[in-house]
Amino acid sequence: MAAEILLTVNGEPRRIAAGSSIADLVAQIGLDPKKVAVEHNAEIAPRSTLADVTLSEGDVLEIVHFVGGG
Amino acid sequence: MTDFPADTWTVAGRTFTSRLIVGTGKYKDFAQNAAAVEASGAEIVTVAVRRVNVSDPKAPMLTDFIDPKKITYLPNTAGCFTAEDAIRTLRLAREAGGWDLVKLEVLGEARTLYPDMRETLKATEILANEGFLPMVYCVDDPIAAKQLEEAGAVAVMPLGAPIGSGLGIQNKVTVRLIVEGAKVPVLVDAGVGTASEAAVAMELGCDGVLMNTAIAEAKEPVRMARAMKLAVEAGRHAYLAGRMGQRRYADPSSPLAGLI
Repeated sequence: MAAEILLTVNGEPRRIAAGSSIADLVAQIGLDPKKVAVEHNAEIAPRSTLADVTLSEGDVLEIVHFVGGG
Repeated sequence: MTDFPADTWTVAGRTFTSRLIVGTGKYKDFAQNAAAVEASGAEIVTVAVRRVNVSDPKAPMLTDFIDPKKITYLPNTAGCFTAEDAIRTLRLAREAGGWDLVKLEVLGEARTLYPDMRETLKATEILANEGFLPMVYCVDDPIAAKQLEEAGAVAVMPLGAPIGSGLGIQNKVTVRLIVEGAKVPVLVDAGVGTASEAAVAMELGCDGVLMNTAIAEAKEPVRMARAMKLAVEAGRHAYLAGRMGQRRYADPSSPLAGLI
């Protein structure tokens, strides 16, 4: 019966169980939190706090990592 | 073989031996990229910050091939056209990697990828105030370079020619003027196409050279990476040695006295 909320993650809609943290989202996607950085509603979400921040309906997240570039 | 004193350079308190910084874009694959970095002897690589592909989270990552504990990652703001976007990108980069040393570039237009100096200067000030150590891509203008330095740039990085053009250093006079006026390291960033052009940058007195396409788009990138390493070293030695004066006419190398 767990209710779901709708997020925007890297520009795409994504559902997750209500009450989930950012750390839960990163784990759900299958990412190593040590290799990514997260922006939550246009604010940096420090890695040490990812488990403490509970996501809300409509939250916008950007999850980035390093890629090749000049 | 004669040994010369160790020749290092220092940016924001960090000392490096290699004066060549290489990019990590445009390579065939990560393995070739890693081999080129090794052949180049570079101790710093530039990297971009991009969205993770959430539908393929297990795709290979750059960090699996080039170890950020051994090679300094210099996150860039390539593709950013406003100070705001560049700052946002670097805040994420700092969180992703924990590095304050960053490469700032704020572009003015897609066709030339020429830097927008008004936005670049604004971003430099804000980043420096937030504790970043920005190495800044800029126009080959000695006044702009000074202004960046005053705003907190830890290195100024004038273009030799447009990014990815391989046209070589177009304005040796202004690059030399920037070198003469700067208290922070000066690196030519962009425009080098082949080894002799990297040597030119070093002969002008630059502290280093940053390049990507010249290596990545060579027929044999790994060999070109080695060529660039040697060219940067050769140019640096030539600069330190001090070149001969130029004459308008010939001057014989063999003595005239004792000629039969």
